[in-house]
Amino acid sequence: MSTRHAGHAHKLYLHTHSPVHALPAHCKLAAVFAFVLLVVATPREAVWAFGLYALLLAAVAAAARVPYGHLLKRMLIEVPFVGFAVLMPFVAEGPYTELGGVPGLSGVSLSVSGLWSAWNILAKGTLGVAASVLLASTTELRELLLGLQKLRLPPLLVQIASFMVRYGDVIADEMRRMRVARLSRGFRATGVRQWGVLAKSAGALFIRSYERGERVHLAMVSRGYTGTMPVLDEAAATRAQWGGAAALPLAALAVCLLGWAL
Amino acid sequence: MHVPDGFFDAPVSAAAGVAAAGAVALSLRGARRELSGGGGAAEPSSAVGGERTAPLAGLVAAFIFAVQMLNFPVAAGTSGHLLGGALAAILVGPFTGVLCVSVVLLMQGLLFADGGLTALGVNIVLMGVVTVVVAYGLLRGLLRVLPRSRGSVTAASFVAALVSVPASAIAFTGLYALGGTADVSLGKVFAAMASVHVLIGIGEAVITAATVGAVISVRPDLVHGARELASGPLKLRTVEVATPGGGAAGTAGGPAPAAATAESAAPAAAPAPAAPRSNRRMWLGGLLATVLCAGVVSFYASASPDGLEKVAADNGIDEKARDHDAAGSPLADYGFADIADARLSGGLAGTIGVGVTLAVGSGVFVAVRRRQPEDAPSGADTGGTTAGTARTGT
Repeated sequence: MSTRHAGHAHKLYLHTHSPVHALPAHCKLAAVFAFVLLVVATPREAVWAFGLYALLLAAVAAAARVPYGHLLKRMLIEVPFVGFAVLMPFVAEGPYTELGGVPGLSGVSLSVSGLWSAWNILAKGTLGVAASVLLASTTELRELLLGLQKLRLPPLLVQIASFMVRYGDVIADEMRRMRVARLSRGFRATGVRQWGVLAKSAGALFIRSYERGERVHLAMVSRGYTGTMPVLDEAAATRAQWGGAAALPLAALAVCLLGWAL
Repeated sequence: MHVPDGFFDAPVSAAAGVAAAGAVALSLRGARRELSGGGGAAEPSSAVGGERTAPLAGLVAAFIFAVQMLNFPVAAGTSGHLLGGALAAILVGPFTGVLCVSVVLLMQGLLFADGGLTALGVNIVLMGVVTVVVAYGLLRGLLRVLPRSRGSVTAASFVAALVSVPASAIAFTGLYALGGTADVSLGKVFAAMASVHVLIGIGEAVITAATVGAVISVRPDLVHGARELASGPLKLRTVEVATPGGGAAGTAGGPAPAAATAESAAPAAAPAPAAPRSNRRMWLGGLLATVLCAGVVSFYASASPDGLEKVAADNGIDEKARDHDAAGSPLADYGFADIADARLSGGLAGTIGVGVTLAVGSGVFVAVRRRQPEDAPSGADTGGTTAGTARTGT
């Protein structure tokens, strides 16, 4: 199995060499998780705290040599949710405020708490997405999975996840071939009427995936697989590495405490 | 939609995380059992099960991941995709279903930043556990009542998928009541979520039922939710080619050409009446489900404006709130403003809701059904493909 090769396959990964790339994956996972947890726990009225969080992430991105353009482009996944947040001030409860000062919008009134909610979701969601994108940009897939295992995620779960990402492209290719086959037979999906054909494709895809799973299982059993994967690179993180990874959540902890205190 | 960071407060996120971890741990044990013998009807080996779990569950998770990318066009320009929770539950069983959906969500959160990391527990509970448990429970319950046939499996999966999506929305509202950070009234959240998700659920139900139908017509042993239908091992069924010399392959003695033609006519005739019957059953089941679901949902929806009005009146922001109901989201309020009696207006809205939902549901069914006659010849086509699949598979 070409694990190294597969490790580069995922879309967000950015191959460079930097101190952040060199950190062990489980340190980075723990750091990102702690950071996001602290961000969520920060009171929304402390607007400046979220600015500081953003600065922290920008510093990490600089240290990781991740261009800001890459980061921002990958954060576009959040866009559907921004629409939802924008709607919030119009539907929320509580006292309403008039937009008197803005020309052309003087008749519109917005819910105050709705504005706060929208800000809350936007700020925290954006910071969470940015942190996740940074993690994914600096960590290879294989390392990420091993890191999850080191963080005491059940090995079976990690194995399932690794099978999923390893065969995800295979199954997606299978689906693409079926699509090409449909197209080359003159099939055009225009509406609900074509759902029958598409659902049959989905059914066929399930059968092929399941049967591929059976074949993979037999192939692995015949090569001595007994239900566990050997861990080849058993590298425990050094104290310095943990320290490096802890810089982000510790700084965030300070900001969070300040946010509650002030 | 994946819940991002910051939508729920920290205690609810943490509690949902613990619940999700428990559910995943439980399904890790359950999936081992489900995958050990479930699919291997033709495999008599005493599988320990442990080592079968990872490859099979991994490939099923990859399938769910891929099938979410399959676009189903709705109308000009817009399209939807399968959520897959109900489908996974029906095809591979509840434990494996929860496991696969959870793994998909975990990977989406880590690799694509889709769904917040702190909201992972919430996402797993809502999209994995609730959807799968509701869908599978409904499927098994309905199959106990309905006659043992493939048509009833299809109908039951329709209902299961139809209800599972709004159930997830209701669970979302419940979590929101406990620890939502936004300041939107519960009634509004509920009405908006439920109404949107009933529509999504109809699409999900049609696709799920059709997909399960496609799988069950080829490999009924792979449909975990209806595994008792596939009692025996797989049989090779071939329709003999009508050669002028008489049936050579099937009949050993080959007594008379008349007998051979009769025999070859029998398998050809058998699917023909089966198709309309299963069709009608699916049609009836779907209608029943639509009425049931619309009734239940409109009951709640008609109940929620009362609460909303009460809150609004208490706070003295009545007119403003109502103003914004109409402006903000047309689906949010199920009451009629002109009719004074709240209950009457709610009931009227409910009735109209049932009617609209029925009309939409029937429309979808008519569209699907109109395809069926065209589809009849392509049934043989599917058989051919599946024979090919089976050959590559084993």
